[in-house]
Amino acid sequence: MELTKLTALELGGAIKRGEVSVREAAEAALAAIAARNGALNAYITVTGERTLDRAQALQAGAGTARSPLYGVPMALKDNICTRGVKTSCASKILGDFAPPYDATVVDRLREAGAVSLGKLNMDEFAMGSTSETSFYGPVRSPWDLERVPGGSSGGGAAAVAAGMGWYAIGSDTGGSIRQPAAHCGVTGIKPTYGTVSRYGLIAYASSLDQIGPLCRDAADCAAVLDAVMARDPRDATSLDGDYGRLLEGLTGDIRGVKIGLPGECFGAGLDGEVRDAVLGAAQVLKDRGAEVVELSFPVLEYAVPAYYIIAAAEASSNLSRFDGVKYGWRAQEYGGLEDLYRKTRTQGFGAEVKRRILLGAFVLFSGYYDAYYKKALQVKAMIKSAFDQAFRRCDLLLTPAAPAAAPRLGDSLGDPLRMYLSDIYTVSVNLAGLPGLSMPCGFDCRGLPIGAQLIAPHFGEGRLLNAAHAFQLDTDHHRRAPKGGDPA
Amino acid sequence: MTWETVIGLETHVELATKTKIFCSCTTAFGGAPNTHCCPVCTGMPGTLPVLNRRVLEFAVKAALALNCQIARHSRFDRKNYFYPDLPKAYQISQLYLPIARDGAVDIRTGAGDKTIHIHELHMEEDAGKLVHDPWLGQTRADYNRCGVPLIEIVTRPDFRTAEEVIAYLEKLKETLVYLGVSDCKMQEGSLRCDVNLSVRPLGSGRLGTRTEMKNLNSFKAIARAIRYEARRQIELIEEGGRVIQETRRWDENKDASYAMRSKEDAQDYRYFPEPDLPPIQLSEDYLDALRAARPELGEEKRARYQADYGLPRCDCETITSDRALAALFEEVTALGAPPKQGANWIMGEVLGALSQRGMEPRDMPLTAPTLARLIALVGAGKLNRNTAVKVFEAVFDTDGDVDGYVAEHGLEQIGDDGLVREACARALAANPRSAADYRGGKEKALGFLVGQVMRELKGRADPQAVNAALRELLAP
Repeated sequence: MELTKLTALELGGAIKRGEVSVREAAEAALAAIAARNGALNAYITVTGERTLDRAQALQAGAGTARSPLYGVPMALKDNICTRGVKTSCASKILGDFAPPYDATVVDRLREAGAVSLGKLNMDEFAMGSTSETSFYGPVRSPWDLERVPGGSSGGGAAAVAAGMGWYAIGSDTGGSIRQPAAHCGVTGIKPTYGTVSRYGLIAYASSLDQIGPLCRDAADCAAVLDAVMARDPRDATSLDGDYGRLLEGLTGDIRGVKIGLPGECFGAGLDGEVRDAVLGAAQVLKDRGAEVVELSFPVLEYAVPAYYIIAAAEASSNLSRFDGVKYGWRAQEYGGLEDLYRKTRTQGFGAEVKRRILLGAFVLFSGYYDAYYKKALQVKAMIKSAFDQAFRRCDLLLTPAAPAAAPRLGDSLGDPLRMYLSDIYTVSVNLAGLPGLSMPCGFDCRGLPIGAQLIAPHFGEGRLLNAAHAFQLDTDHHRRAPKGGDPA
Repeated sequence: MTWETVIGLETHVELATKTKIFCSCTTAFGGAPNTHCCPVCTGMPGTLPVLNRRVLEFAVKAALALNCQIARHSRFDRKNYFYPDLPKAYQISQLYLPIARDGAVDIRTGAGDKTIHIHELHMEEDAGKLVHDPWLGQTRADYNRCGVPLIEIVTRPDFRTAEEVIAYLEKLKETLVYLGVSDCKMQEGSLRCDVNLSVRPLGSGRLGTRTEMKNLNSFKAIARAIRYEARRQIELIEEGGRVIQETRRWDENKDASYAMRSKEDAQDYRYFPEPDLPPIQLSEDYLDALRAARPELGEEKRARYQADYGLPRCDCETITSDRALAALFEEVTALGAPPKQGANWIMGEVLGALSQRGMEPRDMPLTAPTLARLIALVGAGKLNRNTAVKVFEAVFDTDGDVDGYVAEHGLEQIGDDGLVREACARALAANPRSAADYRGGKEKALGFLVGQVMRELKGRADPQAVNAALRELLAP
């Protein structure tokens, strides 16, 4: 049995039946990491010994485990706090910061019997769409080492695609789970805002950040969400809900489900191969009994500017605490407090992070607040109501996850505006707090994966996952594995 | 020219909740540095605030008592600035939608009655404290106070004199203490006040340029600072100068203020809505419940004491000046003490004992049943008042057993008329000259004789009974 080719649920089943020990699974993942991470740079920290100790300790309970993911090795994006394990946000400024607490999502995964392999590389502070802005160097796509894996959860997408862990926990502020999932040929979901606790997620933009999984398929996503979605008294924005029933809801029956295709998402700026692949996905869903309707989503063009104003504004405040005073990295030579702040932040943050902090501070200055921030909030409200309108006509929306397959390394860094615009299909979902999923729906002529995005109304995760599951019953894009990163 | 001083106040009041505003750390004053804090109140990466419901409750109670309009929909905002005492580099406060607005407080001064209007009341968190160590040349941060809940109460520029300001602050303090929402101890920083002051020609409708004064640590300092600043501004203008809008720091030792920063240096705090805390929605039921639970305030108590007990206004004011004193008075009265007796004991012996010990009424060990028992023994003729005062002193610090002490020290008043008469007869026999003087018309001599009898009886007799017995024996 080639363990790394299994889905998380398949592996969990094998562990439960005693066919595979938890330690064997962990060793297989660590071996894959040892072989491929040098090329892919998906991990910042691999916890090796700690992982094996944990696997060993879990073995006794494997036969009676209730969680279908018991004993399955996985990894966490490096902006999720892990007690005693370095949590860097891929930034120099956090240094070797090891939080004295675990994120709530980590607590819940531990209860579900997860085995953590380590911490995943990402864009610095989750700011970027390519996973190139990391202080620890860029992540490379396992499909083509000269291309990016998408971002900001690029380490997670690359790791899951390359068999270096069965699932990854990422975060999505403007597409940071869905877009790398699309570029790496894995399935990723950003659930409804407030359904997975943000406690312990180092904030980028608090009103938009949401934790979610990147997996081999939709069923794995359902199992992970069943484990981590819950109301958390430590997160005031977390919501009550009927959690824990997503996996059992995957019937694959989508007869009569109305799927809307927003015309604006298939127009100018979209790569032809991506367009064909996503429309092909619509046809597959139609063949399974779904109804496809065309509709209009007129405010789409305002989503990117509104997103970058709101996200940058919140980021400028959230990242102010990294000042060299309390933890993390501090500039060596400084004269006085002002100089300590200036040098630490100038040298500790990368260019993209500084760009967004400056942009965010600018839009919040009292003289500009109304012109930018307040207007962006108005756009946010318009986008919410545009979704409400759309969901009166359909149950799900289908769009591309990104305008094109993964760009080449280095192409985006010199042109941030173009990189921002590539978030066009994903950011509006965060502005409206909706659940969105990205699933592999084909490959372009260079063999690069293409992702389709499904969007549902609030708490529509079940509908979303069932549609993706139905699609995956009839397709095998999600079963294809990349070769990249294998030793020559 | 006659000048008018115009003053508005910003008062920060620490709420008396047991735990902090956004985490469950204790709010206890003091403590070794950085022992009353956790990842949340020190703003560690990834942590999130959760509003303490008691803070909201206390803020709404205060706002209701100050006759404010309560916002049914309010929200927190972030005030962003860098300083090492603020570990998140932003303070969670309320700017755009504060919890309450448009209140009113009635005050009374020598000049008459007046209403002070409250512009707004909002909730926010306190910052930490920086301690400079001159020996090591280091500054250290103590985050114990980070996240201690505050309300800020901002008045309109309604004050014209320092007396009005002090009257308002006293009323505010009394109200908040009676509500139980704050202990308002200026010396511990749980009541802090910034003074905004400008001057203008009397009769002018326009406000002058104002300054803001900080670091005012006592009512006395506030009054002095106001007089100083009004004089400084008037002199400046009369000498042809102009007042600069600035923040000034009061130096208590120098009895003067100096400029800290001008308007030009003022920071842009980049306020925006706090995304980590959902907006606060208040229901009518919630507000009704808090209205119904409001305790009787000082002003209402004064009126009631006057009406129900017939106490003089002055007594009422003294007793109600402190919530613990008023509670003691009400309990003692409920235990059967005549109101005037209760009031006299509290205003006399109790306040005397407290001031001797430098103690706050709320920290007093003596309880109402003990004081009521003393008053009852005096009323029943079992103790004379002077002896009772001695017993009071003896039991005050331990809330000791009055009856036990009286019995142990044999202090019970002699109720046997025969014994008193015999002692009087002996005193007359031993002091024939005094007896003769009295008979000869020297009233004073009687006092000496009473003293002799009281001494013989170790003070346990009722002086009036001794007096009567002596007069009878000396009667021609």
